[in-house]
Amino acid sequence: MRKMLAAVSRVLSGASQKPASRVLVASRNFANDATFEIKKCDLHRLEEGPPVTTVLTREDGLKYYRMMQTVRRMELKADQLYKQKIIRGFCHLCDGQEACCVGLEAGINPTDHLITAYRAHGFTFTRGLSVREILAELTGRKGGCAKGKGGSMHMYAKNFYGGNGIVGAQVPLGAGIALACKYNGKDEVCLTLYGDGAANQGQIFEAYNMAALWKLPCIFICENNRYGMGTSVERAAASTDYYKRGDFIPGLRVDGMDILCVREATKFAAAYCRSGKEIDVEVRKEIEDAAQFATADPEPPLEELGYHIYSSDPPFEVRGANQWIKFKSVS
Amino acid sequence: MAAVSGLVRRPLGEVSGLLKRRFHWTAPAALQVTVRDAINQGMDEELERDEKVFLLGEEVAQYDGAYKVSRGLWKKYGDKRIIDTPISEMGFAGIAVGAAMAGLRPICEFMTFNFSMQAIDQVINSAAKTYYMSGGLQSVPIVFRGPNGASAGVAAQHSQCFAAWYGHCPGLKVVSPWNSEDAKGLIKSAIRDNNPVVVLENELMYGVPFEFPPEAQSKDFLIPIGKAKIERQGTHITVVSHSRPVGHCLEAAAVLSKEGVECEVINMRTIRPMDMETIEASVMKTNHLVTVEGGWPQFGVGAEICARIMEGPAFNFLDAPAVRVTGADVPMPYAKILEDNSIPQVKDIIFAIKKTLNI
Repeated sequence: MRKMLAAVSRVLSGASQKPASRVLVASRNFANDATFEIKKCDLHRLEEGPPVTTVLTREDGLKYYRMMQTVRRMELKADQLYKQKIIRGFCHLCDGQEACCVGLEAGINPTDHLITAYRAHGFTFTRGLSVREILAELTGRKGGCAKGKGGSMHMYAKNFYGGNGIVGAQVPLGAGIALACKYNGKDEVCLTLYGDGAANQGQIFEAYNMAALWKLPCIFICENNRYGMGTSVERAAASTDYYKRGDFIPGLRVDGMDILCVREATKFAAAYCRSGKEIDVEVRKEIEDAAQFATADPEPPLEELGYHIYSSDPPFEVRGANQWIKFKSVS
Repeated sequence: MAAVSGLVRRPLGEVSGLLKRRFHWTAPAALQVTVRDAINQGMDEELERDEKVFLLGEEVAQYDGAYKVSRGLWKKYGDKRIIDTPISEMGFAGIAVGAAMAGLRPICEFMTFNFSMQAIDQVINSAAKTYYMSGGLQSVPIVFRGPNGASAGVAAQHSQCFAAWYGHCPGLKVVSPWNSEDAKGLIKSAIRDNNPVVVLENELMYGVPFEFPPEAQSKDFLIPIGKAKIERQGTHITVVSHSRPVGHCLEAAAVLSKEGVECEVINMRTIRPMDMETIEASVMKTNHLVTVEGGWPQFGVGAEICARIMEGPAFNFLDAPAVRVTGADVPMPYAKILEDNSIPQVKDIIFAIKKTLNI
């Protein structure tokens, strides 16, 4: 009996185990990290730039890959929902630019700060919100991160200040957050992002001036996708060397499609300022679940239309479309 | 010898009065404080109370303030708390809003509110709307302050009143102090409020002294935002105003009082949220209403008051249509005679009151 059981167990275990030779080969070739060569960044007013080689650990590699895949799928799903008119208004997607948001996040700490313009879904995810909250906000439901009140361009998280609709307005805001970092003395930095279109806004140069004057820990980051709305950079900018336009502020031209290049450049800049067979399935399921929630979740209740006008105030009444329609406003 | 005997023969009461020294009590001279000093005091006290409060703007630090409102603050608090900015309104207003989002409590000074137009996007889109857009996550505890409205001889680009413009926007609070007590109480409430507050001061009022009641001398003296004050009780007509014209209304009321007309003068103190209750209660008592403001008539503060009176219970108590006294509907001219006739004068207020009362 025992011999038969042993035989059965050997057969069963044999069925589940890989052949010994293949297992041995796999474990011999398993490295925990790899060294990569990355593009050298063009420098402006800097003697040295970020390193040209970097080490990527297995853990980090899988993490970055998973995050980029999630952002890609989330944006494609948002695209689909937008075309079905389930997402209304504006929907600015960053599929194709995932290396920027994931790479930037990899170069800073969660206690650092980040602010960007309206192409913000990727950053909202990398700064800690769930796909579920993001998609529900896009579809205007109460389970959204801003309870459906903000939409695509107005998502906020801890140490993430949106999501800003007015082109260029977020740049002085970012310099202000950097002012708060310096004021509080905690060695934090603020990443202030804008696009190639916004780079021509006057208030950005006002922000450069004050940030340099007061030595604010602010990293100004231009995400150049070569088009400001519909106009190509050659037709909009007298100088397309965006990394030089800070003039007295040192600059780097970084390959935004290479996540390791973005990571190393971000680490360098922050230090200068102080200074998918198994995975694929999991990611797809998360997006599908989130989309399901985003379409099934009810819209925020009409009674809450007037909420959150003021912070820390007692409730009061808000006027609706005519004098007989009143909404309650609670902080 | 005679002197000594004179002393002895004095009645006992007088002698004991000499022995018992009593202090002769007179009322203390009323404390006169200018509006400028009241704002200065208010900011000083709040800067001392909370280290997250700081002031930024053009000339606020080393110059002691373009109108000397922040005199002495830089010397006391230094570069970290009192920050001179370059002439970049949009930039530094945005920086102030960003700092507020990150948890500080900035006071952003505009040299006059005319220049706030350069930065109005940051005030409205980045400050006022953010708490709502974020579903209650991101508050913006910022104060925008500076002189508003007409000055003297500064012409069209430097004389606009922004009460109606800022009062239009949900998410903003807008206050408009008249005297020193208003100025101190409102700036302190504004700084302690967790919402964006616009404080519309008046350059011509900065140097005017007013009596400071004892409670206003306290470091915790606050005037609630959203509450008007009845400056003068009356029975025949309600006169509602804000900022410098409140003084003109009181002058008009004094003149009319001699003719037997008693005006109730209301100092709005807050433009948004407007204290309609006080105004309505007064109109229901007097049955007549005149509004007075320095800004232009179209879509102005007076227009809003009239519209709301119509929608509320006070409409049925009106014996005559409500009348608005406003700035003339022109860009402010330079020549003195033209400028004088472009803002409401005491005679214009008296005329409007008499017209309303049909006398």
